[in-house]
Amino acid sequence: MSVETQKGRQDTAALTAPAPAIELRGISKSFGPVQANKDIAIKVAKGTIHGIIGENGAGKSTLMSILYGFYKADKGEILINGDHTDIPDSQAAIAAGIGMVFQHFKLVENFTVLENVVLGAESGPMLRPSLSKARKLLTQLSDEYELSVDPDAKIEDLSVGHQQRVEILKALYRQADILILDEPTGVLTPAEADHLFRILEGLRAQGKTIILITHKLREIMEITDTVSVMRRGQMTATVKTAETNPEQLAELMVGRKVLLQVDKAPAKLGDPILEVENLSVVDGDGVERVKGINFNVRAGEILGIAGVSGNGQSELLEVLAGYGKGTGTIRMNGDTLDLTGTKSDAKTRRKQGIAHVPEDRHAEGLILDFEAWENTALGYIDDPAYNRGLLMDNAAIRKDTEEKMERFDVRPPNPRLAAKNFSGGNQQKIVLAREIERNPDLLLIGQPTRGVDIGAIEFIHKQIVALRDQGKAIILVSVELEEIFSLSDRIAVMFDGHIMGERNPADTDEKELGLLMAGMTTEGA
Amino acid sequence: MDTMPKWADIVLIPLINLLIAFFLSGLVIWAIGKDPFEAIRTMVAGAFGSTDGVGYTLYYTTNFIFTGLAVAVASRAALFNIGGEGQVMLGGLGLTLLLLTVDFPHWAIALPVAVITSAAFGAGWAFVPAYLAAKRGSHIVVTTIMFNFIAFSLLGYMLVSSWIKKPGGVPESLDFAETVHLPNFHDILAPLGIEFSKHAPANISFFIAVACCVLFFVVMWHTQLGTAIRQFGKSEGAAIYAGVSPVKITIIAMMISGGLAGLMAVNATMGEAERLILGFSEGAGFIGIAVALMGRNHPFGIFLAAVLFGFLYQGGSELSLWMGIPRELVIVIQALVILLTGALDNMVRMPVERLFLHFRKGAN
Repeated sequence: MSVETQKGRQDTAALTAPAPAIELRGISKSFGPVQANKDIAIKVAKGTIHGIIGENGAGKSTLMSILYGFYKADKGEILINGDHTDIPDSQAAIAAGIGMVFQHFKLVENFTVLENVVLGAESGPMLRPSLSKARKLLTQLSDEYELSVDPDAKIEDLSVGHQQRVEILKALYRQADILILDEPTGVLTPAEADHLFRILEGLRAQGKTIILITHKLREIMEITDTVSVMRRGQMTATVKTAETNPEQLAELMVGRKVLLQVDKAPAKLGDPILEVENLSVVDGDGVERVKGINFNVRAGEILGIAGVSGNGQSELLEVLAGYGKGTGTIRMNGDTLDLTGTKSDAKTRRKQGIAHVPEDRHAEGLILDFEAWENTALGYIDDPAYNRGLLMDNAAIRKDTEEKMERFDVRPPNPRLAAKNFSGGNQQKIVLAREIERNPDLLLIGQPTRGVDIGAIEFIHKQIVALRDQGKAIILVSVELEEIFSLSDRIAVMFDGHIMGERNPADTDEKELGLLMAGMTTEGA
Repeated sequence: MDTMPKWADIVLIPLINLLIAFFLSGLVIWAIGKDPFEAIRTMVAGAFGSTDGVGYTLYYTTNFIFTGLAVAVASRAALFNIGGEGQVMLGGLGLTLLLLTVDFPHWAIALPVAVITSAAFGAGWAFVPAYLAAKRGSHIVVTTIMFNFIAFSLLGYMLVSSWIKKPGGVPESLDFAETVHLPNFHDILAPLGIEFSKHAPANISFFIAVACCVLFFVVMWHTQLGTAIRQFGKSEGAAIYAGVSPVKITIIAMMISGGLAGLMAVNATMGEAERLILGFSEGAGFIGIAVALMGRNHPFGIFLAAVLFGFLYQGGSELSLWMGIPRELVIVIQALVILLTGALDNMVRMPVERLFLHFRKGAN
């Protein structure tokens, strides 16, 4: 008894508060003149889910990359379970029990789940023993954490949600006790995200420590125990999730009060701008993606298209934008559009008054290696204002870009900077400025705020509503139900290539839309 | 953020690559018992020491500018045109057919027609692989290589069994008429009172090549076509989103590429040999890949790289002539330059980048 007491006295601090799973002290890192992390201190308690939020470019990813050994901190210490640990590379991070699930998965597409899990962690020169060992472990892990995936399925055949499970399994197979997830729900449907959260809760119950990096306040509130807020490379606050609220967190993130709701006047409906009749789209593999849908959009109206991604929305946008082939009838301002022939290209559609903010700004909306001004001309190189005789008037494009950047508050307002050097929100503003300022009759806009920070979301939503109030028609495709609700004047839900129904946002709720998104009609219920 | 200033990327890194290549070549020469310093002196003297040498260097340079630009146009559209060799041969064939069938009173009339014809033949030869790639998805590297072999066989057939063949045992065409003899540097510079070797093959085509460099720059960065090519090359998705037709751009870029390669025949066939010789391209179509790589697909870089390779070709042949260094070793030196500047580019780039980062940090 006395011995215990004595020992207890010595280790009081350690006993009452066991060493945190991760402790960072004074971490600083700069890239050239940019200070990405400034004197960061954080303690992550064992067996908790710790959220890190911050806008794009706040330094979250840099910090995690330091923890995972991709970057070396200029200054500072890392303590894992109370021990000073040096993490020069990812191998060392794995050895220290850290696993990382990246936003963009690092999987070999044409390998099976099993092969991906084992890749880089083979137990010997021969593959077969590793694989059978892994198979056993995989089954065990799957049962334990609701992480069921077919070990023999190829990655390319799996849904995004399942691919993410493989990433988690990879980390667990490497015996990770600390799991870092970078923006894990960015690509998931609401249902998949819920499943992921159940998995994470299961992992926490088993004593694993989880760091969740996100910019979605809802997720932070829903699942984390503690939350740290980063802004401009600094850790501005760490609070218990139970003791905070979304408004406070948003303010901490952005540094000012943020409007989470969109203010908008009732729609003033005009004539139909776009009429779609019996539109079907068959993709390159012969699969019918859009199955005979009908809808119309009127001037001064935002039509929100909700749905789990992969239910035909992308294909619908592509056909409307001119670079997907389809059958059926589309009328724009009363004129029938060419859906298959020589006039079914994006250039012609722009001339017909359709502008398009594509879902994937990295692969379509922007050319990342090009400077901002060259991106402003993307799709509009034949604009007479951008040309002088046979030559392009590059100076005019640069000047136009500078003005657009100012009006859309793009930072930094430098037309000579390559697109890849802007943050996600500013990249999206470059695309939006280009498309909205063309004053189109119809704006197609896909996932306008994917990977965009809160401050910019507010601005982007305002711009979309402003365009509507000028009497333009807008089709908004988004997987974020919140966004659909706050912007749309009318909501159409797509499932498996069909429009399951149209609703007025005032007369419906997330639950009903969720059912429609899952392909269930509400009539019987 | 860019880690290095632009000048380091364009000038410093190729220069370091080059120095390493020369150093290694020096070791090789030293290893076979020759004096590397003597060798470099011989090369420089041979390539630049006399108007004769300069004339040969610039002749090779002209060839490499054409083929380098050809590779660069395709590269800007993310297409790897490895068929320069075949397109050069077809350019030569077209040129020969033209000059053997039409009587031109003066070279000045023949030249523009010859330029158009050789470019058209080169472009036509590139069209088939381009069409197959754009419409049928066949791999452009494979098809263009195949077309090199076909071009070589076609040329062989024409020079052995057709009417253009010169009587006798050599696979050559009939000589072109005296009237279409292109002015060489001696002819051009003599009126200005500048002495230049009579026998050096550098000719007026050099200026066509330089003009092509300028034209390349203007088209690529100051016209809609060039912009569309670069958009397509950097991001096919974004180009389609912008309304650029992949089929059209693939075909146009490849045809410009083939046309530029075909133009080399104006220099080599019309300007120098004044007849079509089997194998006249001398691998210049492939050297063009190295030239474009080293020149960063930019016309100014390509011009400098073409001068360098012109120097290596001319200086290299002097080396075997005067120092008894075998021809094969000269090829080794050229290969080292290609290896260092092209394939192993990152070997030098990464440490230099780190160095710059280090200094930047010090400055802050």
